[in-house]
Amino acid sequence: MFDSVLQYQAQMWESIGETFIMVGISVGAALLLGLPLGTLLFFCRKGQLYENKTLSLVLNSIVNIIRSFPFLLLVVALIPVTRFLVGTAIGTMAATVPLSIVAIAYYSRLVEQSLLEVPKGVIEAALSMGASKLGLIFKFLYVEARSGLVLGLTTSTISFISYSTVMGVVGGGGVGDFAIRYGYQRFETEVMIYAIIVMIVLVQLVQFTGGTISRLLDKR
Amino acid sequence: MERKGEFAILSLSRVSKGFKLKDGMYQAVDDVSLDVKKGSIHGVIGESGAGKSTLLRLINLLEKPDQGTVTVDGHNLTEMPSKQLRKAREKIGMIFQQFNLVNNVTVSRNISIPLELAGVPKRERMKRVKECLDFVGLADKAEQYPAQLSGGQRQRVAIARALSNSPGLLLCDEPTSSLDPGTTADILDVLKDINGGLGVTVVIVTHEMDVVKSLCTHVSVMEKGRIVDSFSRQDGDFRPAAVRTGSYRDQILGKAGETHV
Repeated sequence: MFDSVLQYQAQMWESIGETFIMVGISVGAALLLGLPLGTLLFFCRKGQLYENKTLSLVLNSIVNIIRSFPFLLLVVALIPVTRFLVGTAIGTMAATVPLSIVAIAYYSRLVEQSLLEVPKGVIEAALSMGASKLGLIFKFLYVEARSGLVLGLTTSTISFISYSTVMGVVGGGGVGDFAIRYGYQRFETEVMIYAIIVMIVLVQLVQFTGGTISRLLDKR
Repeated sequence: MERKGEFAILSLSRVSKGFKLKDGMYQAVDDVSLDVKKGSIHGVIGESGAGKSTLLRLINLLEKPDQGTVTVDGHNLTEMPSKQLRKAREKIGMIFQQFNLVNNVTVSRNISIPLELAGVPKRERMKRVKECLDFVGLADKAEQYPAQLSGGQRQRVAIARALSNSPGLLLCDEPTSSLDPGTTADILDVLKDINGGLGVTVVIVTHEMDVVKSLCTHVSVMEKGRIVDSFSRQDGDFRPAAVRTGSYRDQILGKAGETHV
């Protein structure tokens, strides 16, 4: 029964590698760009420190549009951008482009939410002691919101894993694509189940790690 | 207590601040002028909604005044560019009703943050943090987190944090209003020490009569955004009190029967 599973062992590992690349780069993009974007979303909200109606409207529209696109159509729509950035619209690296863009939009929302939970008084205290913008962000906001930020990144990562499963359409590969091509399309049910179990383990691991880190960081 | 003359460390001159509400403007502070003498403990008392907290926030420009000037230690804060204002704020400590500590870092780190912001080198920071902790009597709590402390202890940490940059002026926004009476007395003692021992001028906003009675050298009474009465505890400054504020003056000065209409 496990023959077929063993037979595709090499492809399986390759797929896991592809999933890691796609998800890893998306997480990187979420941190590098989603975190600052979310911080900006937070600051220009009504009633916040740098309230700015226009900027808020523009940023919110962009984030909402990206998030409301059916993902596959976003992948297709972004093909020119992907070509420009990676040089090709096919393959694992190409797949990271739409994934990263969704990742940035998705995580920025969760960042905004986490920052909203920081008591306003803490911001006031920071300003009262002469904190600059960066001081306020790094010594107060991110410190107080850190467990929420980690939890948000955990949730995001799991979403990215899920999004990455459809990247087979542009040759992105990954575990989901493996399950579809080797398991589903070749009627090898064991292989499909095997791949699904790998996904489940992956998600559990991410959730457990993220949850634990978040709990350890929370001293409130 | 050392009296350093009658020099005003803080002057508010015709300061106003309004907020937009759904149904028009709300004038939180209305044309207020106030001098706070160096070395004094100046209480601002009044009912909630009288504009006390807004007045306090106008001092370090957490609220930007619509009109008027704020002068601290001879410097006009209202005209300062933001970078300079931040520097000036380092020398104006502030404590709050809800303490507003960073709860995810230790007590000592909380006290160290203002020093980090001011660019004080690490060795000096550690020394200063220890001094401030000793001053508020929490040396043994240095490595604990705020959540592990009682309300009174948290306010002490907040005080130590406000003192770390050696401010000349300490602003207190209802600092004892969420504490029980015993703890309130302890915190008031700490504030007295700060004033007497370190020579820090204290401005305290409160609705608690007892706080003003046991602590303040000077008192201003606020009502509907205006200062309606100002007097000093020592030299029985008997300017006529406005209607309905006589009661505050009488209670604080311990006199009954001063006439008011």
